[in-house]
Amino acid sequence: MISGGMGGMRQWGRSGLDSEQEGDRIYDHEVIVRLMQYVKPYWPKVLITFITILAYTGTIMAIPWFVQMIIGDYISNQDLSTPEILSGLDRLVAVYVVIAVIQYITNYTHLRIMAFVSQQILYSLRFDLFKHLQRMSMSFYDRNEVGSVMSRIQNDVQQLQEFVSIVIVTFGDILALAGIVGVMLYMDVGLALITLSVVPLLFVTLIIWQKFARQAFVRVRKTVASVNSGLQENISGVRVVQSMSREQTNIRRFGRANYDSLDANLQAGRFSAALIPSVEVLTALSLALVVYFGGIMVETPSDVGVLVAFALFIQRFFDPVRNLTMQYGQLQRAMVSGSRIFQLLDIKPDIRSKEGASKLVDFSGNVRFEGVGFHYRSGSEVLTDVNLNIDAGETVALVGPTGAGKTTIVSLMMRLYDATDGRILFDGKDIRDVDLESVSDFVSFVPQEPFLFSSSIEDNIRYNRKDIQRDQVVRAAELVGAHDFISNLDTGYDTHVSERGVNLSLGQRQLICFARALVAKPKVLILDEATANIDTPTEILIQRGLNELLRGRTAVIIAHRLSTIRSSDRIIVIDNGTIVETGKHEYLVDKGGLYSKLSNYS
Amino acid sequence: MHQTDRSSKILARLIGYGWRHKLHFFGALLTMVASTFTVMVIPSLLGIAIDESVSSGSKSDLLRLALLIVFVSLLRGLFSYAHSYLSESVSQRSAFDLRNDIFTKLQGLSFAFHDKQQTGNLMSRATSDIDAVKWFMSMGVIRGLSTIVMFFGVSSLMLVTNWRLALICLVFVPIVIFRAIHMSKLLRSTWMNVQIETGHMTTVLQENLTGMKVVKGFGGGFYEAERFANRASAVSQLTYSATRLFASHSSLMVLIFTLATGVILWFGGREVVNDRLSFGELGAFILWMGLLAMPIRMIGWLLNTITRAVASGQRIFEILDAESPVKDRPGAIEISSIKGHVKFDSVSIAYDGKSAAIKDVEFEVQPGQLVAILGSSGSGKSTVVHLIPRFYEVTSGSIQIDGHDIRDITIHSLRKNIGIVLQDVFVFGATVRDNIAYGVDNAPLEDVITASKIAQLHDSVESFPQGYDTWVGERGITLSGGQRQRLAIARTMLLNPPILILDDSTSSVDVGTEYHIQQALSSVIQGRTTFVIAHRLSTVRKADLILVLDKGRVVESGTHDDLLEQNGFYQRTYELQLKPQEQLATSENVNSSEVRQ
Ligand SMILES: Nc1ncnc2c1ncn2[C@@H]1O[C@H](COP(=O)(O)OP(=O)(O)OP(=O)(O)O)[C@@H](O)[C@H]1O
Ligand SMILES: Nc1ncnc2c1ncn2[C@@H]1O[C@H](COP(=O)(O)OP(=O)(O)OP(=O)(O)O)[C@@H](O)[C@H]1O
Ligand SMILES: [Mg+2]
Ligand SMILES: [Mg+2]
Repeated sequence: MISGGMGGMRQWGRSGLDSEQEGDRIYDHEVIVRLMQYVKPYWPKVLITFITILAYTGTIMAIPWFVQMIIGDYISNQDLSTPEILSGLDRLVAVYVVIAVIQYITNYTHLRIMAFVSQQILYSLRFDLFKHLQRMSMSFYDRNEVGSVMSRIQNDVQQLQEFVSIVIVTFGDILALAGIVGVMLYMDVGLALITLSVVPLLFVTLIIWQKFARQAFVRVRKTVASVNSGLQENISGVRVVQSMSREQTNIRRFGRANYDSLDANLQAGRFSAALIPSVEVLTALSLALVVYFGGIMVETPSDVGVLVAFALFIQRFFDPVRNLTMQYGQLQRAMVSGSRIFQLLDIKPDIRSKEGASKLVDFSGNVRFEGVGFHYRSGSEVLTDVNLNIDAGETVALVGPTGAGKTTIVSLMMRLYDATDGRILFDGKDIRDVDLESVSDFVSFVPQEPFLFSSSIEDNIRYNRKDIQRDQVVRAAELVGAHDFISNLDTGYDTHVSERGVNLSLGQRQLICFARALVAKPKVLILDEATANIDTPTEILIQRGLNELLRGRTAVIIAHRLSTIRSSDRIIVIDNGTIVETGKHEYLVDKGGLYSKLSNYS
Repeated sequence: MHQTDRSSKILARLIGYGWRHKLHFFGALLTMVASTFTVMVIPSLLGIAIDESVSSGSKSDLLRLALLIVFVSLLRGLFSYAHSYLSESVSQRSAFDLRNDIFTKLQGLSFAFHDKQQTGNLMSRATSDIDAVKWFMSMGVIRGLSTIVMFFGVSSLMLVTNWRLALICLVFVPIVIFRAIHMSKLLRSTWMNVQIETGHMTTVLQENLTGMKVVKGFGGGFYEAERFANRASAVSQLTYSATRLFASHSSLMVLIFTLATGVILWFGGREVVNDRLSFGELGAFILWMGLLAMPIRMIGWLLNTITRAVASGQRIFEILDAESPVKDRPGAIEISSIKGHVKFDSVSIAYDGKSAAIKDVEFEVQPGQLVAILGSSGSGKSTVVHLIPRFYEVTSGSIQIDGHDIRDITIHSLRKNIGIVLQDVFVFGATVRDNIAYGVDNAPLEDVITASKIAQLHDSVESFPQGYDTWVGERGITLSGGQRQRLAIARTMLLNPPILILDDSTSSVDVGTEYHIQQALSSVIQGRTTFVIAHRLSTVRKADLILVLDKGRVVESGTHDDLLEQNGFYQRTYELQLKPQEQLATSENVNSSEVRQ
């Protein structure tokens, strides 16, 4: 047994996503190529950034050179008279000021554009992820925990915040390096080569480092996702936690997940830190070489200019090198996050509109199941050979023991899942050939578990149909008997509903979900135990109102209270994933099958 | 004035979290200062080397200097490794503590608090706000202190070398600081807005993901995408404006310092020409200027981090400081096991302090009795039973269990004695077994199965390929509605509590299964005080006391027979629900005897 006696020991974040990670790892170069796709639309801006960075780098290099000229050509030049030195000094300093101002302008411009482009890219990534998640089918959400999916849109995208600036700055750094190397070579070939001799060592260090560091960063991302799942689950389930006095156990468990994450972060921290001394020592090595060989070389005071300039150059040379190595760590983190993001974006939704699928138009409401079979996980069939024809305008009731597959049948009608066997036809047309989005124009439902969004009651009833007016909202609420309690609230229809509607009673939530389904007058209405939590007198009132509304519309009603369904045109009895009986109430009661058994329990 | 006062309090509290790891904190500080000093030594060494090479150029001296530079750098490398690791450690550990504190706090805050919060928003405080604090710890506090050390170190070296030149350089400092403070004021509100919008964005995301079935069923994908886009673009825009502000500031700082170097060259050059300064000193000065640029640039950067941390810290402490009205009174008593006498004494509660959800509810239940509560939606049934485990605090009146006011009993021991199946079922992403055993540590499998059998869940579970080890998705997404509800019943059964509350717990269960649950329960509830809320009368007719609520008041109470005579809600419900069945049943007596076996 997997978890024998382990009650409460499991870890959070058992998300399909995180275990898939190992399999299809996306490599760094691919991540970069794909991120570049996001940079592309901003290429004019990026171009400007490059140019300004170029200019900025130029000014950075010019300054030591100037210092060298000022010192070498003037201050230490014993051939010149003092006034000559001073006027030369004035001239050079004036030019220096101009360069400084150019440096300022280019610095500001590139920082600003970079910030802009980064934020745009983050936004596009978040938005793409979100849109992608809207397309993923329900089976994806059956497998993956909300907290861990959220962690990709939030934390992983956040990690990429620095990506653009890293790429651009890296580019600038490489330019700067090239420039500095060029100038150094120009100034003194020997000294320059001596300085550069440490570079290969640097590369070797980096390659070795990266091997270990990547694993550490991957572990960080995973443990963070697990902490987030733990938080998410225990915040949303806090009422159960408190009612079962589980706080202490949860705190202990969260502490463990949290500690894991701490440990992973510290390990990654050690790796990041390890780069610093290596680079530092290599920098010092070349500085020492310059001091020694350069010092020997100095013969005239004007050579001092070269030496000072070289010292400055080494500082500037190793600045970009240091930056590059630091950014390398950051880049590694970004790569890990990037590959997690693209891995999610690469998951193909199981349910998509076919190429050239046509929109559903003038749907009459005729729904037909032909030999439909279905399973959520292969091996355990939930529905087998369901054959059912629901005429346009007919009201059918689905009844049957719990777990029989009623909700599953209506989920298939809404195409939340695709049938694994057989087919479902709308007006004779296979629903897989119909444009996915257009189905919801005709089909509305009341979910078995009421779900409300945290916005006003009015917005909840209207939901995404913006053309619906206030009076239509009110009418729908009246129809389901919700108007009374809503208008009794201090702010009526503008009352803010808390998350999931916790500031309303469950029955009230159900009524609002009901109104939401009715407001657009759908062709097909699906009621999955829409009145399970509602008292019978209210329910009967609702039914009377519904009869009016349902004229000419198809309705599928799932209910356990037989008083709810007695009057439907046809009752379909489901057991164990198949239809076992159909007919009118009286007929089924007489027949003495499952239905009559059920009706006797009441 | 008030605001800065509060800011410093928030910062002090945040630093307090770093302070808990004193050893690492000081270690980080010391190694930072040490590495700063070593950095400052290098220009001096270079200055010496330059003068040396000009004057003598002796190889051995130069070699010594070169080796010294390598040695000092090695030291610096080690120091900065230690510093980098230790400050990361302090910040990660502070974040760890903060997360634990938030989690612990959230687990304890009353329903009333959670009713008003959005999970997404709370999540964003526990993640993105903590990140800001983490950043502040490593880059703000420790870097900040070392920046100050570095600043004073370098400036005093400069002053000692050539005070006139140094003073000219340092003239810029007040301008820089003034600018930085000005900027931080502008930034503060922007960062606060960034965090608030991030919270909103998280909320939209979180609700969208948890409500995906509704989103899909209503074709709300585009609508949701639009909502998300609004939030996400607000986050991007605000972050951009903050970064832009910061960019303009930091580039200005660079300008000021490049200009200062120009002044050194100009003025220093004259000093050298006038023989008041050596070449080496001038060189060192220029290098020092480079070093000074760093702390000065850091000031803006630091203020940025600090303002951000204040904004985030405020959001974090809002949670940590939240007062819960439901808490143990001093001297509250532990009760071990109770008999189950429950008395409501003129109890009223108004959520949000507005109109009362229940008013003057009075009833008394003897140990072992079965109480049924009926009423229309929103009449206050759930509210009544939520008050018994003290999920909410009553506005007036009192509730007594075995003669003790529940406010005089410790919350933990009170709740240990009450098992409630909430109306709004929540199932954890875990195995069936872990879910049933949720309230009991290390419950043996037999007990789990017994509880599951009472709830009529056992057969369903057995039909799953992995039985009790089947993973149910988050919120029980892979179970049917009735299975979820029965799971909730089973896990409460396992608690074996003296007081049992079932809030509409069989609403999603078919009548056949419900009948069997009732059969199984009827033996379980022997000797326990039981409250049942139900809409189906089959569930409630055997109750010792039936309460009918309407708009928060008890309007009918008594037994089934009493209430049938009252011609009220109960009688009406009875007519609608049961009468036709009974009529039908009598007309088909033949079948029913066979079915009921
Ligand atoms: N998302 C899912 N993934 C895996 N299995 C599922 C999923 N949803 C439902 N099932 C399983 O499929 C079977 C049928 O479930 P369904 O929700 O259709 O039942 P139902 O007839 O609506 O029951 P109830 O009356 O309890 O709501 C159940 O055994 C359930 O455990
Ligand atoms: N957490 C809350 N915050 C604010 N108001 C609430 C809260 N919970 C319930 N209410 C309000 O208090 C009233 C009573 O709600 P309660 O949940 O007790 O009703 P109920 O009788 O259980 O209804 P149902 O049969 O629908 O479950 C309702 O008007 C409801 O809107
Ligand atoms: Mg169902
Ligand atoms: Mg209720």
